[in-house]
Amino acid sequence: MGSNLIDALFIFMLACFIGFEVIRHVSPLLHTPLMSLTNALDAIAVVGAIVLVGERKSAFATVLGVIAIIAATSNVVGGFLITDRMLKMFKSSRPVKK
Amino acid sequence: MNELAGSQYLIEFIYLIASALFILSLKWMSSPATARHGIWAGEIGMVLAIAGTLLHHGIVDWKWIVIALVLGSGIGIPLGMVQMTAVPQRTALSHAFGALCVTLVGTAEFYLRTPNVPKFMMSVLAMEVILGSLTFTGSLMAAGKLQEVLPQRPITYKGQNLVNLGLLGVAVVAAVYLVLHPEAKQFFPIMVAIPLVFGVFMVIPIGGADMPTVISLLNGYAGLSAAAMGFVLQNKLLIIAGALDGSSGLILSVIMSKAMNRSFTNVLFGAFGQVQAAVAGAQEARPVHSATAEEAAAILAAANKVVIVPGYGMAVAQAQHKVRELYDILTKKGVEVRFAIHPVAGRMPGHMNVLLAEADIPYDRLIEMEEINGDFPQTDVALVIGANDVTNPAARTDASSPIYGMPILDVDKAHTVMVIKRSMSPGFAGIDNPLYYLDNTLMLFGDAKQFVGAIVRELSGGH
Repeated sequence: MGSNLIDALFIFMLACFIGFEVIRHVSPLLHTPLMSLTNALDAIAVVGAIVLVGERKSAFATVLGVIAIIAATSNVVGGFLITDRMLKMFKSSRPVKK
Repeated sequence: MNELAGSQYLIEFIYLIASALFILSLKWMSSPATARHGIWAGEIGMVLAIAGTLLHHGIVDWKWIVIALVLGSGIGIPLGMVQMTAVPQRTALSHAFGALCVTLVGTAEFYLRTPNVPKFMMSVLAMEVILGSLTFTGSLMAAGKLQEVLPQRPITYKGQNLVNLGLLGVAVVAAVYLVLHPEAKQFFPIMVAIPLVFGVFMVIPIGGADMPTVISLLNGYAGLSAAAMGFVLQNKLLIIAGALDGSSGLILSVIMSKAMNRSFTNVLFGAFGQVQAAVAGAQEARPVHSATAEEAAAILAAANKVVIVPGYGMAVAQAQHKVRELYDILTKKGVEVRFAIHPVAGRMPGHMNVLLAEADIPYDRLIEMEEINGDFPQTDVALVIGANDVTNPAARTDASSPIYGMPILDVDKAHTVMVIKRSMSPGFAGIDNPLYYLDNTLMLFGDAKQFVGAIVRELSGGH
């Protein structure tokens, strides 16, 4: 447990730096789709809820887990869908390069 | 080393691939040309991760998982199909859903594990639940304000900050007590309920103009709470996704508050719109120049360079498609038309870009503030549609103005400024705009959509 915890902190630290570097380079043009995309990715929390429901440890946990899966899945589906719709709209006035 | 079950190795490996895909997904968002690859990478990563999780050896019951996944998708599809003008409230709502998921899982985990919760685990669990629940209600409030089911004006009262900080303090005390005594179950509901109340109180004093900052901040909180959940569940993929989302939200909120020349604390603890009541009476009788659609069309047709400055008012009036017609007809006449985008124009980061892109305006015509500000002195006409505070020259010159120091679009430096506005009533923040009284400013009174439509008719009919 102890070493796992330290590993997790290292992962968190590195992921934050990667996040800052990557997001810094996102054009302000795309800030709205960026937010809906990160929202969809963040809904990966659904995996925690899936395990919770699947293990069926208590009725209470199952009920909370089912609601959690519904909430997160709607973010996954809705988030990717609207990000895709937004990005499809961004067109350049220059001829499309191949 | 602890022994992993065979399937566990496979799951971890799948999570590893999914993490890489998530990072690539955000990396490809850096330019509109590659952004759609980013979605595919994200989608593949997500499907892999969910499929991999279903292999988890502890899962004995699939029925409810499948039912919940189907129901969630059923809710997600309409949420993905909303109108582009409704994107800010949709985004706030999805922050709320994300936070709800995290809070519920955290709550269930606590009751399954208590009283055997190690101190570190309890600390991150507390962080997960506190951030999650305040983000849940805060985002619901923000969505309500954006959807205009709740009053948009900031609601303030005496001692508001004290009440808010006090509430947060109580939640933190409950959390610390639980870390020391994880068997004290009765404190857990307090630690959930108080941040729920705090979330409501946090967003009540925030006005529409501050929404871009608040939405970004809530985005950051949602991400951090998911990362905390990753610590609790020892799930590296969740830690990474949460960290990415958290840093994205925090970067956006820094950009937004810089664009309003305000600090985080100022946005959260100081409501706008209070100071101006006293000055409002002073400038009633000042003369303005106004013009008709015909005159405006003639000036635009004679111009070489036009910069259009869109604001939230354009979105409210649904004028973006008429603006596209104006763009088309002027471009056809050989006028160079560009759009000046202030970082906080609209109700969320990048809001104006999405609306204009929806109206088929090429994205290379949408220019950021820093890039276009130097061009205003060489601009023949600056046409302001539904923007107010982001064009207010008082931000540069009047140290007593509440928006003094905020970076603005220097439209007043253009040869002619035209402002489409319903009436002379002050904007959302209630701050008077000296731009309207300048000699080179023409006021075009009317509804943005109708007025732009009238200019387009003049331009297409007349010549």
